[in-house]
Amino acid sequence: MAFLITTLIAVPIVGALMVGATRNYARGVALGFNLVTAVCTFLLWQSFDSTSPGLQLVERHSWIPAIGAEYLVGIDGLSLLLVILTSLVFPFALLAQRMDRGFCALMLIMQAALYGTFTAQNFVLWFLFYEMSLIPAFLLIKIWGGKKRDRAATKFFLYTFLGSVAMLLSFLGIYFTKGTFDFAGLADLAKTGDLLTGNFKWLAFAGIFLGLAVKVPLFPFHTWLPDAYETAPTGVSMVLTGALSKMGVYGFVRLLLPLFPSEVRTLGPWLLTLAVCSIVIAPLAAWAQSDLKRMVAYLSINHLGYCMLGLFAVTAATVRPSVEMQAALSGVFMQIFNHGITAAALFYFVGLLEQRRGLRGIDDFGGLMQRAPLFCGWMSVAMFSSLGLPGLNGFIGEFLIFKGSFAIAGSFTAFAVIGLLFTAIVFMRVMQTLFSGPLVRGGVTFTDLRPSEKWVVIPIALLMFAIGIAPQFLFNIFNSTVVEMARLLV
Amino acid sequence: MTPTLQLFLIVSTALFSIGLLAALSRRHAIFILIGIELMLAAANLNFIAFWRFGPQPQPPTGVLVAIFSIAIAAAEAAVGLALVIAIYRHYRTTNVDQLDQLKG
Amino acid sequence: MNPWIVSNLWLVPAVPLAASLVILSLTNSRRNSAAVLATFGQIIALAVAIVAFLSTLQTPGFRAVHNFTWFTFGDQTLRIGWVLDPLAAAMMIMITLVGLCIFVFSVGYMAGDKNITRFFAYLSFFSGAMLGVVIANSLLLLFVSWELVGLASYLLIGFWIERPSAAAAAKKAFITTRIGDLGFFLGMLWLYHNSGSLLFYDQGRGCLEDAGLLAIGGSATFIALLIFCGAMGKSGQFPLHVWLPDAMEGPTPVSALIHAATMVAAGVFLVARVYPLFSLGAVNGVTPSLTVVVLVGVVTALMASLIALAQFDIKRILAYSTVSQLGLMMVSLGVGGVAAGIMHLIAHGFFKALLFLGAGSVIHGLHQEQDVRKMGGLRWIMPVTFLTYAIAMLNLSGVPFFFSGGWTKEEILHNTAQWPVSPLPDYLMLAGVILTALYMTRQMIYVFFGSKRPAVEAHESPRIMTMPLIVLASCSILFTLVLTPAWPWLHAYLNGESARVDFGSLIQPILFLSFALVAAGIGLGWFIYRNLGERDPLARAQPGLFRFLENKMWFDEIYEETVIVFCRILSRLADWLDRYFWDGLVRLFAGLGQAFGVLSKGLDDHGINAGVDETTSGTRGIGRLIAAAHSGQIQTYLGALAVGMLLLLVLYAWLS
Repeated sequence: MAFLITTLIAVPIVGALMVGATRNYARGVALGFNLVTAVCTFLLWQSFDSTSPGLQLVERHSWIPAIGAEYLVGIDGLSLLLVILTSLVFPFALLAQRMDRGFCALMLIMQAALYGTFTAQNFVLWFLFYEMSLIPAFLLIKIWGGKKRDRAATKFFLYTFLGSVAMLLSFLGIYFTKGTFDFAGLADLAKTGDLLTGNFKWLAFAGIFLGLAVKVPLFPFHTWLPDAYETAPTGVSMVLTGALSKMGVYGFVRLLLPLFPSEVRTLGPWLLTLAVCSIVIAPLAAWAQSDLKRMVAYLSINHLGYCMLGLFAVTAATVRPSVEMQAALSGVFMQIFNHGITAAALFYFVGLLEQRRGLRGIDDFGGLMQRAPLFCGWMSVAMFSSLGLPGLNGFIGEFLIFKGSFAIAGSFTAFAVIGLLFTAIVFMRVMQTLFSGPLVRGGVTFTDLRPSEKWVVIPIALLMFAIGIAPQFLFNIFNSTVVEMARLLV
Repeated sequence: MTPTLQLFLIVSTALFSIGLLAALSRRHAIFILIGIELMLAAANLNFIAFWRFGPQPQPPTGVLVAIFSIAIAAAEAAVGLALVIAIYRHYRTTNVDQLDQLKG
Repeated sequence: MNPWIVSNLWLVPAVPLAASLVILSLTNSRRNSAAVLATFGQIIALAVAIVAFLSTLQTPGFRAVHNFTWFTFGDQTLRIGWVLDPLAAAMMIMITLVGLCIFVFSVGYMAGDKNITRFFAYLSFFSGAMLGVVIANSLLLLFVSWELVGLASYLLIGFWIERPSAAAAAKKAFITTRIGDLGFFLGMLWLYHNSGSLLFYDQGRGCLEDAGLLAIGGSATFIALLIFCGAMGKSGQFPLHVWLPDAMEGPTPVSALIHAATMVAAGVFLVARVYPLFSLGAVNGVTPSLTVVVLVGVVTALMASLIALAQFDIKRILAYSTVSQLGLMMVSLGVGGVAAGIMHLIAHGFFKALLFLGAGSVIHGLHQEQDVRKMGGLRWIMPVTFLTYAIAMLNLSGVPFFFSGGWTKEEILHNTAQWPVSPLPDYLMLAGVILTALYMTRQMIYVFFGSKRPAVEAHESPRIMTMPLIVLASCSILFTLVLTPAWPWLHAYLNGESARVDFGSLIQPILFLSFALVAAGIGLGWFIYRNLGERDPLARAQPGLFRFLENKMWFDEIYEETVIVFCRILSRLADWLDRYFWDGLVRLFAGLGQAFGVLSKGLDDHGINAGVDETTSGTRGIGRLIAAAHSGQIQTYLGALAVGMLLLLVLYAWLS
């Protein structure tokens, strides 16, 4: 099983070429390749030893020795979790809408880039994959997007690209000082003393922070997101929120926290303020939206804000009882996964609404429960999961994040809890307007879930229930990684 | 009146000037060619004259040069005429004012 | 000790939950099987609850827990579990018994509804979640069930989904209770942080046991108050009571089960369950948190009974009555009478469910008429409903002797009288007793007495609906047996003591006092309302006050104008900031970039390019000049040659 990770990255690329060569059935071929990646992911999960904290299944080949770039991939618990998430979200997104050849090929390329991002352990390789995911996303929005797609695509691209450039410059600075691009090596250096000195240190920190904060996105670097998610076609929105936004959080865990622990600690209260702003302001803004897709996009910012809260609390702590840190980190990892499937499901449902009616304003619907009880029921499951109802997946992550961060940063957490209320208000408003009341004009033709759609919706919803009730199988993936990280951060 | 070098030179200068005037003023290509032949003849006359009145008149060096020159002139005239005929066939004119295709 | 029942207590909530899942998968055409399944699930739950109850009788103060690991995060474990003690057992019996009656009643009441399968699924789901609240041995498990109960309440209030008012009421209920739940959530986090465990009882390490309480120490007051926020939301305490009257938009059996008997009492149950937190560090039985509980309870009880005087919707009167009774229970808990509060909770569960079912029967008989002004004279038309309703009304008013409500209320008043801080709550509660008797008498007269005939034809409800009424009425009377001071069995059971028979203690001064007050209230009510005119007698006497009360003291309007408007403004502001300020900043940066671009273009165009352009155009000009000389005129060339030659000659001549 030595080349499992490489195979995993390569399969979607081969798939993209194959899709480009086929005339018809592009989506079928793409789904077929996703079956292969699913099998690979499963094998990866099987060969992963969840008791060992370090990197596993490492593949190392020299690549460009002159600049310290090597092909170094491997997984730990967090990487595996994200690889599994990617393998789940992509087929889900491919099933969400009709798509032609180019669309499928770009999606597959993006998938390969994500696998690469989540497994690469050398900065140059990582950055290559990180940027590789950006271009398909840009093209997908630009070519297949809705209204105002040119503007949104350009904004998305420039915004994230600017962040990437800042990050690249910072890393070049680090490389010229320290002479390595290896994540583990840099983390070791950071642990034994400051990685860099003086103002240069802060400059490097700011660059990396900017790049990752834009990607997550963290308030106030989030303004590209509502535009991009609103305009992108359903499948792309699902992937953007389900998998792509996790690259930012992953970057925070993998790069910023290990490399700049003292800087994060110094800025702790400010960073926590930003996270709390993401949590509170985003659902408030969501409340004011009338476009459903835009509303879900804002809630996505809110949910990733919880992740940021947990992460900043962990590092910003001055007193570090490890149980709280483990709770916060576990919560963040759970939240990454849960938000991935839940937000993707929400976009899927909004996509179905749009397919059926051609509109997606909140006031364009009403009384759907009379015509489409199944649709409403399963959509409610996704919404309740998103607002953190116990018994569904969202609650576990949020509970642990709050548990951990409350002990470390109590006042910030207490303020962040308000976000839970606003999220609930937003979803209650959606449910009231969409499902209840008299049937809207022209709603008679609204069809309930078709069998093909049920086959997509029900497994995802059951997964939400499974994680909400018996989450141990997910915790097993990353428990030892969490212990190791909490130990290293102390 | 004894023939002197000056006399010959005056004749050849006149001949050259007449040739030059013909070459510059006539519009017909053949007349220009004739003017050129006149200027060549003036040059030949100069060869003979300078040989005859030179400091040590060697056996027939000047004559030989003149004969060569005449032979070359004949060849040149043949080529020139052939060109004029070719140009005439192509442009249906031999008026050099209209033959300005070689301008920069 | 019965290990089987302790480790299998999960069956009590699991059976109704499972029934709910099975019913949800049924199609709408399988109406009968839905009802049968739900009822059957409830019967099994009742049976298991009885087994559990019997096993708690073995020793006084029986308590057995079953804890297990829910999940492991990092190398830490999160454990949850369930507990079987008198509190849980008594609540289980009450919930399953009342629930069963209401399930049976619903079969008749909802017979005509096209979504009856969905109804029973929700109802079963509620029952399971509520039983989960009761047996939880972990604040986390309690919170989980608590939220699920809230979800069930939301779904059932909005059951008639095509009515906009029902949907709005459901939303209001969910959001209002969630406000309280945020406090609960924070309290839970704080508790978890301080005590290191969310288990209530865990062989000495639980958060309600000595070691845990010691670790909590001084923050207990804040934790208790935060948890009380959750109880306030769920139990409709002031100022979060506004959702409960609106919740009457749901079908009447739902109002009976959820918004009268069980769920709204969960707040009281919660306070009773974590009572050690409230009473930690008590001096003479008083702590700051308990004083807050008393204050909130008093305000709620009085406010709600006043509003109830001026309502005309039969269910809303009962809803405000519920709010007021919950306030009374809170007062009881606050002054230290935990057992009395829970006893009243259980008694209230029976008779309030009975009242709501009676109201449902009336509404059913009058074809969905809910306005009491359009009723009247129903006592001969609906005799069974009338009799059972009268029994419940006497219970609620607090008539002692045969009615359980009287005894429990009397015990609460007794406890309140001994509160050391202030005698005021006692006086106010005595006033509340009069008010309760008054508004119930008013309602009885409106509905059952008088000679007014309803516009529509009334009929007695079918037997499937009257049977539960009779069962509940019998329960509320038989329940008296274990409540009287002569044999205070339930009190002793809840407190973990053994009861003694003592007929002498039946004679107590406060008993006569409360009886006199109840009699005064009923008599006053009869006197005021015996001759109903076109308008309500109170409205004739005090129109301003009546309008104030009829409009529910304008709480909804005040909230609408303040809190909700404020939040809406915030949300608009957030959106505006996002669109124009933050995005504006981004555009500013982009604009700066663009401006730089324009500048650089200008420099290129007018600076660098200018020199190059001049050079090229100069070169071109010269070229053009020279090209003009090459006219192609052979004679011109020749002339030039001649002139050149001439010039060379002249030069030569001049040089030599």
